[in-house]
Amino acid sequence: MTPLTFTLKMVPPQRVDLSNLVPHLLAHLSLTDIAGLPLPCGNRTLRVDNLFEITGKNPEKLLFYNTCNTLDSIGNNMQGGIIRVHGEVGAYLGQNMKSGEISVFGNSGMYVAAGMSGGELYIQGNAGSFLAAARPGEPMGLRGGRVIVTGQAGDRVGDKMRRGLVLIEGDVGDYCGTRMIAGTIAVFGQAGRYTGFGMHRGTLLLSQPPLHLPVTFNECGQYDLLFLRLLAQVLHYANSPKRTSLSKPVHRFVGDMACQGKGELLILNAAKPS
Amino acid sequence: MKINGIRIDNTFAEGFSMQATRILITAHDRRWAAIAAEAMTGFATSSLVCGCEAGIERELSPDETPDARPGFAILLFAMNSEKLAKQLQSRVSQCILMAATSACFAGIQSNQPVPLGSLLRYFGDGWQVSKVINGKRYWRIPVMEGEFVCEESTGMVSAIGGSNFFILATTPSSALAAAEIAIEAIRHLPNIIMPFPGGIVRAGFKFSSRYKNLMFSTNHLFCPTLKGQVNSALDRETDAALEIVINGLSELDIRQAMRVGIQSVCALGREHGITRISAGNYGGEMGSFHFPLQEILA
Repeated sequence: MTPLTFTLKMVPPQRVDLSNLVPHLLAHLSLTDIAGLPLPCGNRTLRVDNLFEITGKNPEKLLFYNTCNTLDSIGNNMQGGIIRVHGEVGAYLGQNMKSGEISVFGNSGMYVAAGMSGGELYIQGNAGSFLAAARPGEPMGLRGGRVIVTGQAGDRVGDKMRRGLVLIEGDVGDYCGTRMIAGTIAVFGQAGRYTGFGMHRGTLLLSQPPLHLPVTFNECGQYDLLFLRLLAQVLHYANSPKRTSLSKPVHRFVGDMACQGKGELLILNAAKPS
Repeated sequence: MKINGIRIDNTFAEGFSMQATRILITAHDRRWAAIAAEAMTGFATSSLVCGCEAGIERELSPDETPDARPGFAILLFAMNSEKLAKQLQSRVSQCILMAATSACFAGIQSNQPVPLGSLLRYFGDGWQVSKVINGKRYWRIPVMEGEFVCEESTGMVSAIGGSNFFILATTPSSALAAAEIAIEAIRHLPNIIMPFPGGIVRAGFKFSSRYKNLMFSTNHLFCPTLKGQVNSALDRETDAALEIVINGLSELDIRQAMRVGIQSVCALGREHGITRISAGNYGGEMGSFHFPLQEILA
């Protein structure tokens, strides 16, 4: 069966919530039912067929084409299946996702993977701020699964992250890994200021020293850590160039000493940060 | 039944129901992986005395191990799940954790987990770190050399222990040469260990003794020096017997190992001094698995 395909017909007048368009909610619906599903748009509600041209049949695999950055909550609460988006997406991509696979070939907005607990999210492009972070009022950010961004990410990546892996091939903004509870963030570009601020536990793996490391991080020396060999398996994905670099000694810093101090910041390039 | 002039006794080996697990040990190089594996499987010949039976199943190349280092697969058998967990814990903590550069991983999946790093982590005194990678939890325990990495748990499966066959020969050296050939042939099979030293038992035993404090004693019927004193199981020309004990994860694994082992001995032929192949049993009343020699070789 051909994938169920949604091609955007017009740029919506306001932000649109696409929470209803996930495989498990479409599994038993006819094309007519799907066309009539409500999509909140500002203070109005649109029908799916107001915005999208719908083709294909297989609800296990959803394709979105010609998308724009006002389409929010794609893959919200996803519980299996595949979503592929060709174009930009708005905020809350993969929010509370439990399993399945989302691929975006374009840039994404804020709060990608907020509350995600399983599955795989791949962005071939840039991600906005608060990637894998906790939404305001939420106790935890990412709680499981794997998030890969091939471009750059904004500020506060992994804020209050609890578990799982975030891999960013490009640069990240300030406050990466702040208030992190556990899990792993790997950044292969440049990390910004205040990296790891308020970090409790977890691992920040950086390819080079951050622009600024809080004074509440202490140096531990350089080590060839065995667990990085295990981690290399999950950092590896199609076209990933980073696998071999993990077998070298890493420079280890621990912190934030003001917050339990059991987090670690590992720098692959052994130069000392300022 | 005769193969190459060697008589195959119409008897059977008796196997016992056991619990087993597999772990993978890795280290910086083969030498240290072997040291850890040998320490882990030391003093683990008979579960009656040692608490468990353990052995190296096979050597692992770096591309077969989770951390891409050289390693060994270890099988460990015990009479029940409690004893298995206790033995595994004490052996991993004293033999692998202490071995330089080593790491320890689960080697078998089942719905019955046995603690591995989940208890050992307390050695870290609060400095231990957990990492979930690919759905598996690993513990990083700080040690004086760096970090000891250990998977959270491994799996436990039902298994069979105590199966065996005897090699009877005209001289001790003929029996030993044949046993070594059998061991070499069986060693390459999966899911099998031979827990006794070098895979061979030279002091087979029976489950009785004239001394009330002993559960078992020498298998006098197969002792050649007693031929003139007891109703010996050995004929005039047989002056040595060696036993090969096999533990395996399934009946099929053990049958295959016995077949491969016995066939390799029989391939030598009568002219190499091998007179008979026999097996040890307790009348079929103690073990729930029977391995008839002639049926296995048919």
